Amino acid sequence: MSVRIYVPCDSAALAVGADAVAAAIVREAARRGLDIDLVRNGTRGLLWLEPLVEVATPAGRAGFGPVDAADVGALFDAGFIDGANTHPLALGPVERIPYLARQQRVTFARIGITDPLSLDDYRAHGGFAGLENALALPAADIVAAVTASGLRGRGGAAFPTGVKWNTVLQAPGADKYVVCNADEGDSGTFADRIVMESDPYMLIEGMAIAALAVGAARGYLYVRSEYPHAIAQLQAAIGQARAAGYLGADVLGSGRTVELEVRKGAGAYICGEETALLESLEGKRGIVRSKPPLPALAGLFGQPTAINNVLSFAAVPLILAKGAGYYRDYGMGRSRGTLPVQLAGNVRRGGLIELAFGATLREILYDYGGGSASGRPIKAVQVGGPLGAYLPESQWDTPLDYEAFADRWAVLGHGGIVVHDDTADMGRLARHAMAFCAAESCGKCTPCRIGATRGVETIDKILDPDAPAPQRERQVTLLRDLCDTMLYGSLCAMGGMTPYPVLSALNHFPQDFSQADMPRPGRL
Amino acid sequence: MQAPLSPAAADTVAAAVLARHDGRQDQLLPALHALQDAIGFIAPARVPAIARHFNLSRAEVHGVLTFYHHFRAEAPARCRVTLCRAEACRSMGADRLLAHAQRTLGCDLHGRSADGSVSLDPVYCLGQCANAPAMTLDDAVFARVTPARFDALLAHALEADRPAPTHPGGPSFLPEAV
Ligand SMILES: Cc1cc2nc3c(=O)[nH]c(=O)nc-3n(C[C@H](O)[C@H](O)[C@H](O)COP(=O)(O)O)c2cc1C
Ligand code: SF4
Ligand code: FES
Repeated sequence: MSVRIYVPCDSAALAVGADAVAAAIVREAARRGLDIDLVRNGTRGLLWLEPLVEVATPAGRAGFGPVDAADVGALFDAGFIDGANTHPLALGPVERIPYLARQQRVTFARIGITDPLSLDDYRAHGGFAGLENALALPAADIVAAVTASGLRGRGGAAFPTGVKWNTVLQAPGADKYVVCNADEGDSGTFADRIVMESDPYMLIEGMAIAALAVGAARGYLYVRSEYPHAIAQLQAAIGQARAAGYLGADVLGSGRTVELEVRKGAGAYICGEETALLESLEGKRGIVRSKPPLPALAGLFGQPTAINNVLSFAAVPLILAKGAGYYRDYGMGRSRGTLPVQLAGNVRRGGLIELAFGATLREILYDYGGGSASGRPIKAVQVGGPLGAYLPESQWDTPLDYEAFADRWAVLGHGGIVVHDDTADMGRLARHAMAFCAAESCGKCTPCRIGATRGVETIDKILDPDAPAPQRERQVTLLRDLCDTMLYGSLCAMGGMTPYPVLSALNHFPQDFSQADMPRPGRL
Repeated sequence: MQAPLSPAAADTVAAAVLARHDGRQDQLLPALHALQDAIGFIAPARVPAIARHFNLSRAEVHGVLTFYHHFRAEAPARCRVTLCRAEACRSMGADRLLAHAQRTLGCDLHGRSADGSVSLDPVYCLGQCANAPAMTLDDAVFARVTPARFDALLAHALEADRPAPTHPGGPSFLPEAV
């Protein structure tokens, strides 16, 4: 009987040599006359262990990692295909690795276990049950279920998904659309990418349910061009889902039409902002639109459009399969369900951690992350992408909850956490935030377009070691003033939130801006 | 990287690509992607034909082309390197990696090596932030990149008979020795 061996095909595994490992395993097995069945699964999200090779044994799946192609001969010598646990890379049963065992995998329950493109695998693990239930419901009931689940958009703004869908459902319009925001440009985020690469049918199912809920027949997935592997995987999955009747002119014989199409971005961070994304889909420069009108009323091609993040759509199949209460029972306060935390940067065990809202940042950093990768003390943690605040140690007991973060003048955003050790220079990082805003600004409004460029110049003057202290202090006052203008005068969160990383760095780490103490008026 | 097309061949390919996209404006970005994938870049001289096809002004097409970082107006280098410059990669030595790349290639970001064979550009996040620092080489992505691994990947890519990746993004062509 052949032994089943898993080697992930997620780009996180590919980027550290998974293809070479898979090839070496096939070659070595052939050389030894061993019968194996190699499956390319998705990633478990234990990214520091990639490539994470698993062997199916009677006692469950045994893990080995991170495996290099050069390790493969020794793994066979150690009897790894019989589940022997003696090789130094042996991790034991994967499901019992504490990092994974302690998570609350809801959206990511299937991810890493299945072959991402196998429809049989997807169905065997509960796939399409939500879509089948949704097909039997009136649109308003689907929307009601999503509303009752308490799901809030996972793309950053945390707006209730059910409320948005209800607006689209009620809006008059000849054509309605669903649009998936898969632009994921934030540093430290990769959960969308993992969903697209490692469980694409879940996203397809979520979008199909959304289309039924709002009365749309067509949907677009706008994926950033930096994710070619995700694009290829989605296109393959859409083709197979369509051939199997889950998409197309007659979804599962219901007479309902749902067509999905992948559109590739072209390297512009601002196209993650929903209205800029719509402009880009329409073939224009990605310039932010003034709201109102909301995209829910006048979105793509002027029609009512439900635009949501990948993780928002991905949460929906389960809500329809298991009921709103199942999802709502996870979480705290007004943050219901689970948050796929993405832990990255200078940390020993970086990866994807799905947890009910409410865990603290410190738990994530140490219990999951194991502290810094460099072994040096952690200094600052940026949460919520390049527009998120830097949190100093005094704030690491903050629970992961939208409101708790807002109270500390920080944001959860898309759940990305980037760790910096004590060698980080917060002055340089503040400058980077401004420079990023200047480079990626859509240019529509003055506070952001001009302000970010002036911000870089001002920070340069502050960081100039030859400038006398009083002069630098004047520049700090100017920088705070400028941040105020950007905060309150920008049309969208690109200019409106760049002050978060800049001011939090300045406030919590003033020593990195000068040898002398800087003035620190107020909370900002 | 494919061999550059002759100007006449590029014109034929471009006409065929445009013919595959109807003239609705929302087809503009897919058409530009297809053009760049087929020819390697979108020369300014091609803008009038694109504008005619989509019934847009040349200024509008130029505006779109220059708004997006992805599109190139000149033939790409034989080997395209992008280094991630975003926060997670910075926390893990992206600055040191950049300095190494600059020394090795003898050029700055947005530049090319002296013989023109390698281009060096910044990118902001490749979704590999847990295994930083990350880079791409042509269409393949690499993570946990050390200066030594950078050198080995580049040397491999510059070998004349390197097999091309089978489809954009993956499977990667990481040589076993690296
Ligand atoms: C500058 C900027 C970048 C953004 N980038 C993204 C992104 O990459 N992905 C995303 O889903 N939302 C992003 N957003 C938020 C979207 O505008 C929008 O709120 C979201 O797509 C709505 O979906 P949700 O309700 O499911 O979160 C961004 C917003 C701004 C202002
Ligand atoms: S804040 Fe910046 S990105 Fe947003 S609309 Fe204004 S110029 Fe454009
Ligand atoms: S920050 Fe470099 S890959 Fe995300």
